[in-house]
Amino acid sequence: MRKQASNSFYAYLRRDLLLSYRRLGEAASPLIFFVMASTLVPLGMTPDLASLAKIAPGIIWVLALLATMLSVGGLFAGDYQDGSLEQLLISPQILVMPVLGKVTAHWLITGLPLTLVSPLLGLMLSMPEAGYLPMMASLALGTACLSLLGAVGAALTVSLHKGGMLLALIVMPLYMPVIIFGGATVQYGIDGLIWTAPLAILGAMLAAAIALCPLAIASVLRLTSIN
Amino acid sequence: MNWVWFYRLASPLWFYQTTTRWLPWLGLLAFILLATGLVWGLGFAPQDAKQGNSFRIIYMHVPASFLALAGYFLMATAGAIGLIWKMKLSYMVMKAAAPIGAALTFLALFTGAVWGKPTWGSYWVWDARITSMLILLFLYFGVLALQYAFHNEEASNKASAILALIGTVNIPIIYKSVDWWYTLHQPSTIKLTSAPSMHPDMFQPLLVMILGFYCFYIVALCLFTRVEILRRERKTGWVGDLVGELNGSTEGKRQ
Repeated sequence: MRKQASNSFYAYLRRDLLLSYRRLGEAASPLIFFVMASTLVPLGMTPDLASLAKIAPGIIWVLALLATMLSVGGLFAGDYQDGSLEQLLISPQILVMPVLGKVTAHWLITGLPLTLVSPLLGLMLSMPEAGYLPMMASLALGTACLSLLGAVGAALTVSLHKGGMLLALIVMPLYMPVIIFGGATVQYGIDGLIWTAPLAILGAMLAAAIALCPLAIASVLRLTSIN
Repeated sequence: MNWVWFYRLASPLWFYQTTTRWLPWLGLLAFILLATGLVWGLGFAPQDAKQGNSFRIIYMHVPASFLALAGYFLMATAGAIGLIWKMKLSYMVMKAAAPIGAALTFLALFTGAVWGKPTWGSYWVWDARITSMLILLFLYFGVLALQYAFHNEEASNKASAILALIGTVNIPIIYKSVDWWYTLHQPSTIKLTSAPSMHPDMFQPLLVMILGFYCFYIVALCLFTRVEILRRERKTGWVGDLVGELNGSTEGKRQ
């Protein structure tokens, strides 16, 4: 039974990664959004590096949050439309592992690239160097949290035709604790404080989210896909 | 154990008939309490040493904030009961609680902003409690938006019940993190709690107002739920009879 469960986790992880590999342009769009939107900040505010440096940690975190939120809506939409979600629901296995596999794939496609590309944004917004490592660490843990929470919203809105804006409304309040501690980790690093403390809380949030969110997603999918 | 009362509670007809009997009295009680509390608080309670008369908005602000939070938990509890026992009435209460709670949260924020101008010098301050209330308002908006997004009533019920429950799990986390965030960035403004302990002369009318707001909340919840009952049960016989009776009585008057 346990072996079967882990098999279904890997099967769905592999399947979603493969699907996005075949549509690389689509998979890359959150990343491109992340970089493009960061250009709006100096254009809309000021090119002055000193003032950009001040707000860089917050801006990068906000943009990472938005990029994750915009991409998470498609997590179950494709499967719902082509009917494979229904097949998953009526299959005899426990739903939690495939769901976790799908969310993990989402993080590997969006959260991880965002984390890896964030130093570039830090450079462009002239963020102090001490913030780079805390930023990458907090983004790695934080975006995983965002993917999990966002997947709950995606499951709630999967059967709705225009769920995109609604998903944002539902998910954004739930994202607020993550961005508080994510932004704080970077700020602590820049200020020379012990930044592992807020990072540890982010890790705790991620642990709780890994434990609870797949259960919530699985039950939501069973309830709302009847529509 | 005798669970008959619990099952009877689940009947929309029973709820409708009972509230028809009790609502006038409850409404009267709410009116008396609110009127007493307002006149007492606004007219007779002593002035605050530092804030003068502007503190009197507390008599609206505090009860509204109390019920804004309590209303969210009530909504989530009603949703949980609906999910567990598949109770129709419970979903109706949940649906009725959302707009009332959102309105009370907005009232709390609004009175807070009006109060903030004379005391802090600005309408909006990023204080921990204000920010938490704002997030609570967003949580209410999410539930409301989700409720109206579905065409299928059952899916709408279940989805918003689950969202309300997820919000309940998150409320302590949100409150704690906002609190921590605020102490981290604490600006040098005046703290919200200016009076460490209230004078009894000020506190007693506040207590009356809180009780009055609770009664008012129950009245509003019952009224909203009754509308929802009539809407959802419109195809049942008793609603038809009720409407027929009303039509008959108005026709009788006309003749």
